[in-house]
Amino acid sequence: MLITCPYCGPRDLSEFTYQGDGNRQRPAPNSQDLDAWNAYVYDRQNPAGDHNEIWQHSGGCRIHIRVVRNTLTHAISSAVPVRGHHGGKA
Amino acid sequence: MARSIEIERLSPLAQVYRAGPHGNFEDGVGVALSEPRPGSIVQLAAWPGEERRMIDAIRTVTGLALPDGAGGGVSEGGKAAFGFAPGKFTVVDEKDGLAAAFAKAITPAIGTVTDLSHGRTVIRIEGPEAEWVLAKFFAIDFSLAAFPLGAGRSTTHHDVFAQIQRTGPDRFDVHVFRSFARSFWTALCHGSEEVGYEVA
Repeated sequence: MLITCPYCGPRDLSEFTYQGDGNRQRPAPNSQDLDAWNAYVYDRQNPAGDHNEIWQHSGGCRIHIRVVRNTLTHAISSAVPVRGHHGGKA
Repeated sequence: MARSIEIERLSPLAQVYRAGPHGNFEDGVGVALSEPRPGSIVQLAAWPGEERRMIDAIRTVTGLALPDGAGGGVSEGGKAAFGFAPGKFTVVDEKDGLAAAFAKAITPAIGTVTDLSHGRTVIRIEGPEAEWVLAKFFAIDFSLAAFPLGAGRSTTHHDVFAQIQRTGPDRFDVHVFRSFARSFWTALCHGSEEVGYEVA
């Protein structure tokens, strides 16, 4: 699997580290909404199809990347830097 | 009275550095391996939005004009600079004192200066088979079209981080952590055996 790093171009999967589900919305640090915290920690959509993910090009330029990967085909339809693309769906 | 202290630089490759031809060199030497031992290796990081002022500072201090674009770089006159990540640059000079010069030119509002002269080892591979040998180690395209003259690339050989700059049509300078340098050098020698290599 190749991921096209927005800075380095297409690179092998072995240069990247998965940083987790890109759909999570962390509650405010002082939030006492336990349901929101529970959802942030445990709830995952687990889709059979396009999935928003955060990856880091840890074996390259080290930037964090917002990736849309199809969980059925591994096709990557989008890869943009996290910086400047906070929040919302990719 | 201040007294300058002469520092004797020791190479991490000393134990395994064997000058002369090695491997299958009967039909010619495919690559030459050497350790350039630059006096200064500096890493510069610009805050977001300050990249242009950082590139201007590199030109002021070194005279090197960095091209625009990811991984753009230049190598001339014993100095070299290239981008290795967004807003981040490696600058090399065969003379020492580069970090002090940048510390004056790069204010805290522009970014940071990190002196890596003792933290990185530069390994040079040069020759008609340089692309072939490096392609066995790194999963990136070393052809001149994809990896232009002066450009830099950040990549990994297993867990050995490497920044690679093309400093000539068939010459690459590979920057590795000093603590990995001897291991990487040894692996590079093994990888070069089939084409024949000469250690300068």
